[in-house]
Amino acid sequence: MSLTLREVALGLRRAPLLSVLSVLTIACSLFAFGLFGLVALNVSEALRHVEERVEIRAFLADGTPIEAVSAAVGDIAAFPEVARVDIITPEQALARARKEMGEFQDVFDAAVLPASLEIRLKPGYRDPTTVKAVAERVRTYSFVDDVRYGEEWVQKLYSIRNIAGATGVVLGIAFAGVAVIIIGSTIRMTVLARAREISIMRLVGATDGFVRRPFLIDGFLKGVVGGLIALLLAWIAYTLVNRTLGIQSSFFATHTAVFGVLAGGVIGLLGSALSVGHHLRDV
Amino acid sequence: MIRFSHVTKEYPRTGVALSNASFRIGKGEFAFLTGPSGAGKSTILKLVYMEERPTSGDVRVGGIQANEIKRRDIPIFRRRLGIVFQDFRLLEDRTAEQNIAFALEVTGSSRDAIPGKVSRLLTQVGLASKGPSYPRELSGGEQQRVAIARALVNDPVLLIADEPTGNLDERAMRGIFQLLRDINASGTAVLMATHNLGLVRRSEFRVIEINRGQIVFDSADSSSPPGGNDPPPTDV
Repeated sequence: MSLTLREVALGLRRAPLLSVLSVLTIACSLFAFGLFGLVALNVSEALRHVEERVEIRAFLADGTPIEAVSAAVGDIAAFPEVARVDIITPEQALARARKEMGEFQDVFDAAVLPASLEIRLKPGYRDPTTVKAVAERVRTYSFVDDVRYGEEWVQKLYSIRNIAGATGVVLGIAFAGVAVIIIGSTIRMTVLARAREISIMRLVGATDGFVRRPFLIDGFLKGVVGGLIALLLAWIAYTLVNRTLGIQSSFFATHTAVFGVLAGGVIGLLGSALSVGHHLRDV
Repeated sequence: MIRFSHVTKEYPRTGVALSNASFRIGKGEFAFLTGPSGAGKSTILKLVYMEERPTSGDVRVGGIQANEIKRRDIPIFRRRLGIVFQDFRLLEDRTAEQNIAFALEVTGSSRDAIPGKVSRLLTQVGLASKGPSYPRELSGGEQQRVAIARALVNDPVLLIADEPTGNLDERAMRGIFQLLRDINASGTAVLMATHNLGLVRRSEFRVIEINRGQIVFDSADSSSPPGGNDPPPTDV
């Protein structure tokens, strides 16, 4: 193993410019992918915030006994799709209306606003079909006058989410593919630069595994260093965007960042494995 | 040691490089492989160290059959051989002793044993004081000696030399040839490709001449071999 590590160090020392270029190429590829990831993360978070506002409002008939409402709340809260149910009294509805539409606050009167149940759904149950199904079940209670959930809005939101998701997957695969190709080509250059050494190793009886090992470690290390640089660049870009636009967007969670850096290492390792394997088959 | 039976090697682009070649080289024998450039000498050597496999026919080296050996076992097989080339193939960024040590390291020699063995090999090839020199600091003949020392690291049963004197002046050439003779005298078979007919004629060893991919002369089969008293081949 120490011999392998020595060969790795020697390889880096022998071609420092190529090593630096390899790391920078890997860093740039991963940075581009990381930027895409940041955009995808923030779009997804924004959509999640909007989705959290999906709610079903069931307006109750005047004079509904509080016992009946409480029983219904227990029933509805037990639906597998339901996250929570709140009772909104006419007074609370009035306070909320006055707050949301300040300039019309004198127009509202507690007497005109009915009590209602505000039902919020769990993540994963906010699609139009589920929302509609829950609304229909709530509508079956005799004291429910009307049920509203912004059908059109939920439908649009769901479409946007689907489009964003599909675009994210396609772009993500494309970015990752480009990164793998660029990284693979960069590592291939490193392998070609050491072709003579590989041929000599094979002539003196080095096994393919022995020849391959330093390149795999080299590829992994370059991938990890490239990943760390890409992460740093992404963080700088994130900070600049937040400062310039005055917003507070989200950055990768620690585990995502670690995963990204390790993914750089794995791409480097796979790129090396493919390049050396290809080269060894040729010589 | 080496047995070729009706061996043909054909390359997809360049066509037939070797046609129906049959010969045997015995244990401890010294044989020249001669012929003009492009005649097929290097193809024979590549078949011997199993860089190439025959298109048809049978190649056996030290009992190993080229068509049967698995690719992953070829490096292990090569540890029984020593191979030297006209262009030396030394690692330029390592000293003479590091080049030799490298061959020992890649074949898994114990670390403690390496310095002593490197020193002995450098002495054997007459370069005891040149260990710390880089290839660029050595003459052509000295570089070839380092390459030969490297080829000897695993005490090979067969030394394959592809035009080892091709890049050397007369004096260096004689020195390298004498070194190969000494190695042969210690029991290692030597198969040396060369187009230096002067060298071949001056020596007493077996000569296999190849032209356009065909063996046109083998002194072992000839009633009047040009070299004369080569030992009879004893295949193993």
